[in-house]
Amino acid sequence: MFSFFEIALSHILFMIEGLPVTLGLTACGLSVGFVIGLPLAILRVYGKTAGKLFVAVFERTMRSIPPLVLIFLFYFGIQTTLFEVPGLFAVAVALGLCSSGYQSQIFRGALESIGTGQMDAARSLGMSKLQAIRFIMAPQALRFALPSWANELATMIKDTSLAFVVGVAELMRRADYVRAATFDPLTPFVLVAGIYFVIVFPVTRIAGTWGEKRKRLLTGA
Amino acid sequence: MLEYLGDLLQGLVITLELSFTALAIGSVLGLLAALARIYGARPVSYVANSYIELIRGTPLTVQLFIIYFGLPALGLLFSPTFSAIVALGINSGAYQAEYFRGAIESIGSGQMEAALSVGMTRIQAVWRVILPQALRLALPSWSNEAAYLPKYSSVAFLVTVPELLARAKAAIAYNLKPMEVYMVVGVIYLVVIASLSKVLDIVYEKYKFTVE
Amino acid sequence: MGRKEEEVADWRLTRVVSVQDVWKCYGKVEVVKGVSFDVEEGTTTVIFGPSGAGKSTLLRCINMLHPPDRGTIFLRDVDLMKVGSKINYYRSKFGMVFQHFNLFSHMTVLDNVSIGPRIVKKLPEDEAKRIALEAIDKVRMRDWCSHHPSQLSGGQKQRVGIARALAMDPDVLLFDEPTSALDAELIGEVLQTMLDLAKERKTMICVTHELGFARSVASEMIFMDGGTVVETGSPDHIFTNPQNDRTRKFLSRLTELYGLHGNKKESRMA
Repeated sequence: MFSFFEIALSHILFMIEGLPVTLGLTACGLSVGFVIGLPLAILRVYGKTAGKLFVAVFERTMRSIPPLVLIFLFYFGIQTTLFEVPGLFAVAVALGLCSSGYQSQIFRGALESIGTGQMDAARSLGMSKLQAIRFIMAPQALRFALPSWANELATMIKDTSLAFVVGVAELMRRADYVRAATFDPLTPFVLVAGIYFVIVFPVTRIAGTWGEKRKRLLTGA
Repeated sequence: MLEYLGDLLQGLVITLELSFTALAIGSVLGLLAALARIYGARPVSYVANSYIELIRGTPLTVQLFIIYFGLPALGLLFSPTFSAIVALGINSGAYQAEYFRGAIESIGSGQMEAALSVGMTRIQAVWRVILPQALRLALPSWSNEAAYLPKYSSVAFLVTVPELLARAKAAIAYNLKPMEVYMVVGVIYLVVIASLSKVLDIVYEKYKFTVE
Repeated sequence: MGRKEEEVADWRLTRVVSVQDVWKCYGKVEVVKGVSFDVEEGTTTVIFGPSGAGKSTLLRCINMLHPPDRGTIFLRDVDLMKVGSKINYYRSKFGMVFQHFNLFSHMTVLDNVSIGPRIVKKLPEDEAKRIALEAIDKVRMRDWCSHHPSQLSGGQKQRVGIARALAMDPDVLLFDEPTSALDAELIGEVLQTMLDLAKERKTMICVTHELGFARSVASEMIFMDGGTVVETGSPDHIFTNPQNDRTRKFLSRLTELYGLHGNKKESRMA
């Protein structure tokens, strides 16, 4: 037990330095997923059949392909055929694409839950479909989607641990470094699990209940 | 392309083996955890809840590494495949526990009250009244987990299990065409998961009914 | 009060809306079958009939939310089926009040009412706000300006819905069963608002069961059943001497079970 604490204290700072990288990756991945996912959701709910079909296929594909495959595809695939790709970039894009499949689904569900009545009311005032989406449907959908989106945030934080396969020095890779340095295979991973837990658990809790509260405010109209 | 396809498909077999075994373990664990959390005494419920939150709050990769790399330090040596199955099973169990919990809770206390007032014991009520309905209610989310397990199983590659992704890596080391191979692999995963989903959808259509 | 007997030279000056042989299908089901009628300026037209008769659908054809499959709608002398991309402009000339309110839940009452003038009419912020407040005053909801719809009762929400429609200064107001989703004691406040509007000679087309309201202010009543117009006439005519058997049957059923108000519970008209 003594060696556990010894190792823990001397290396925990090194591991925690990976936290900003992890969080940065999370932010990038989620942003990519959002920027792709929200327009796709709108396209699927309000667009023509061709658009709907495209989004359906895209959603399915992005949710079925393992993040590892996408990461390798972007990292190794592009490096050998096109240009040099930094690990961070490959991971952000790969995880972002995976996330866009889920976020598209989340926002689509939210838009559909809000109901056609809102769209009718907006259009009866004279708004175009686009205006109605921008000012009435999307703002409500974003609030409605909060609990599910918080879940996606938690998932993304965990998925960033895959970045270590392409050498990004986030939490997981640093844990692995410590393992290599100390020959202790258990402590570093247990520690890093603790670090992940400390970040992820509050996210799911707070954003969950807070998100549910805001969602409840919505369903009264 | 066809040269390495055979290797890939062999890897696919391993992937599916991993997935189904992990699914089975996860279903049992998940159901037990959900029941423990809802009906168990305080300490049991607390343990179940901790299991669920701890597993859901940490990445699968970390869990896998603890089992494969870490446990030997405590004297527990597992083969790569076994470690992967255990890790995937425990991981899936935690998520399935939440699906089962949601389903059981939406059945509503009315059913339990009715069963008890007829004279059943709690255990009988759960077994004969609540669970049959809850399991049907949980079928969609369970099917989702089942269909997507092959995707999650790809992390087994990190501990040298010769599943689909590992074979892809091997093929690339041989023919140096990462772009092509990864795309093929992507398509394989897509087809597998889509087929599983479809099959499970058909099963669901046959067995669903509205729950009061 | 019936129709005002006025000398009119050209029907175009007083006829605000003309529904001409409108047909509408949903999938394979014909919901509206060849409906035609005119609405004169400053009058209230009440459309009533059993549920599923196509009344709500017809209303949504009138403001082109769901354009008819056949036939057309004239707003004054504009054929709405032929305006193409300008349809949003003409649609803003109609104000619609919905059975389920459809207030924008993420906005305050003031924003709900002012967003139309702001975004659709592109008025400056303060101008839009002024107009909105005027409309809100009219429905007596001034104290609730900064509240959100979830904090309002049904009757209050509907009054905000009316204010939202009024703020656009529409040529025609369309009411789609505005009181059907309300509890009995809340119906009165909404009906009172509608009565005030009718007395101000706003052009209104109301789909409703509130026969007392119809008797009070309608100049024309249209009985619809199974997607077609069965009978039309002034309230006097409809109530005292309906020509068609079906009209008679429907009216007697309604008054027998529900009194003059066509609502399941007791309702009070202020």
